[in-house]
Amino acid sequence: MTTLTERRSDSAPSPQRPSLRHRLAERGVDRQLWLLLPAAVFVLVLFLYPFFYGLQLSFQPTKGGPLADYQRFFSDAYQRNTIWLTLRLALPAALLNVAASVPIAYRMRGRFRGKRTLTTLLVVPITLGTVLTAQGLLNYLGPTGWLNRTLMGLGIVDDPVRLTNNYWGVFFSLVITGFPFAFLLVLSYLSGIDPTLERAATSLGADWKARFRRITLPLLLPGLATTFCLTFVLAFSVFPSAVLVGDPTGETYVISLAAYRAAYEQVDYPYASAIAMVMGLVELVVVAVVLFGRSRCYTGSTGGKG
Amino acid sequence: MATLTQRPRRQIVARPSAWIVWGVVIFFFVNLLGVVGAVLVNSFGTQWFDTWLPSGYTATWYGEAWRQYALFDVILVTLEVSALVVGLSLLIGAPAAYVLARRDFPGKRLLYLVFLLPILMPPITYGIPLATVLYKYGLAGNLSGVVLANLVPSVPFVILTMTPFLEQVDPRLEDAARMCGASTRAVFLRILAPLLVPGLLAASILVLVRTVGMFELTFLTAGPDSQTLVVKLYNTMSSAGIRAQQSIDAMAVIYTSMMLVLVVVALRFINPTQLVARVKEDTDS
Repeated sequence: MTTLTERRSDSAPSPQRPSLRHRLAERGVDRQLWLLLPAAVFVLVLFLYPFFYGLQLSFQPTKGGPLADYQRFFSDAYQRNTIWLTLRLALPAALLNVAASVPIAYRMRGRFRGKRTLTTLLVVPITLGTVLTAQGLLNYLGPTGWLNRTLMGLGIVDDPVRLTNNYWGVFFSLVITGFPFAFLLVLSYLSGIDPTLERAATSLGADWKARFRRITLPLLLPGLATTFCLTFVLAFSVFPSAVLVGDPTGETYVISLAAYRAAYEQVDYPYASAIAMVMGLVELVVVAVVLFGRSRCYTGSTGGKG
Repeated sequence: MATLTQRPRRQIVARPSAWIVWGVVIFFFVNLLGVVGAVLVNSFGTQWFDTWLPSGYTATWYGEAWRQYALFDVILVTLEVSALVVGLSLLIGAPAAYVLARRDFPGKRLLYLVFLLPILMPPITYGIPLATVLYKYGLAGNLSGVVLANLVPSVPFVILTMTPFLEQVDPRLEDAARMCGASTRAVFLRILAPLLVPGLLAASILVLVRTVGMFELTFLTAGPDSQTLVVKLYNTMSSAGIRAQQSIDAMAVIYTSMMLVLVVVALRFINPTQLVARVKEDTDS
């Protein structure tokens, strides 16, 4: 990025060859690229610089060698376990959100009356925010909440089911906040697929199963991969719900919580940065695996491209 | 909108698969209603233990929450932060989106990846180093820190949202304007800007919704006087104990109604199903 701006600044014309400015313009580098400057500076100062600052800070622990904080994290079973606890929450939640969105979006991709209302209704959970969701789950799923009352009233269970202050509370909270988001994206990708393709398949005698499996799904897969990544990122950084509806010292002691505690309760920034780096790495590995799978899919122009 | 897909009318008696799908949707909504309803009812209830419904109803919790948590100031801060983030992210993001949508140049893919990274990373991952840096320079703990931190995911978001809108504007319009002697400034102000108003609106509303709802980054950088409504809510709830649950619920309802207004306004300008892929519905009319 910086090389670009430097290369442009010394655009002195030379007599023999076409001027540097001319040659650069042929490769697409000209004055209009200055418009990128604010955004580039912004990313550099507010994202890349802090990131690399955190990276080098994580190698400068308060005591011990450069890798001491990473050793500390991985040798402490309680801390190390946070990776597993986070993945155990985020992966199933993201998978469920994407998997549930596909059939619903597939039903809704056509045009029908009330589609806009239904879409709006499905978007409503985005407005709830983690705290209202947490409060609602505590009230609704709690031992004296409506759900347990109904279940006990119907005689399905004898004792209240414990669904809050543990894994399930956080899981439900992730589904409530993540599902609408996944649904909107999937619906958007699905509506981007050219409907004539499916009609062509119908005219060749394909039933809806064959149409879905052979036409829609392959075109949709890249979009699904993107949706999964974005939903996974949302679910991976569970923080408020893990504290409010979860069991923040045990079952839902997620990695973002570990990083937060290191930074703000133990005021150990190097250690917090190390945890944040581990967190980023784990997350990027999952995203990279999914995106690698996506790169093997067809991403042509017939829609559904992510 | 042209009716491209003139399918035969769906029969009333749907297939079993349809029943399952609608059943799941209804199940989701019933539970969602339970979650929201529980908060709503509790925020109007006087006392609610071990019964189906509270023993009485009152609206005093709202007044109490408003006074006790100084909600007027909190909402003011929330609006200030959101307005600043929206304005700045549009100023920074829109020109970059234009270049990225229109031009091809060496290093474009790398630059695009760098712009997308803040959306692909969980906020806590870069939020903690970012907060450390901001505290080091004395920028965190006040309004400027909150705004700067919130800009990090907002600018890429503006770029992402604006790109499909920019791709819809025919480049020949700009060429024609230039042929007629318009300067770059004139092209931007008199050709592109009016055509991009929907895109700008969509981007700014989405950024607004995101900023009002953004918890992690604000939480990490806010000081006592620069908390937005979400952070205030979280802090109140996590340190609850002596406080009445109902007043927290009342505050949560206030937050949600604010978000609901924003999202309903947003949906008037944006068709959520066309955010990532523009549908060719209008072309064959």
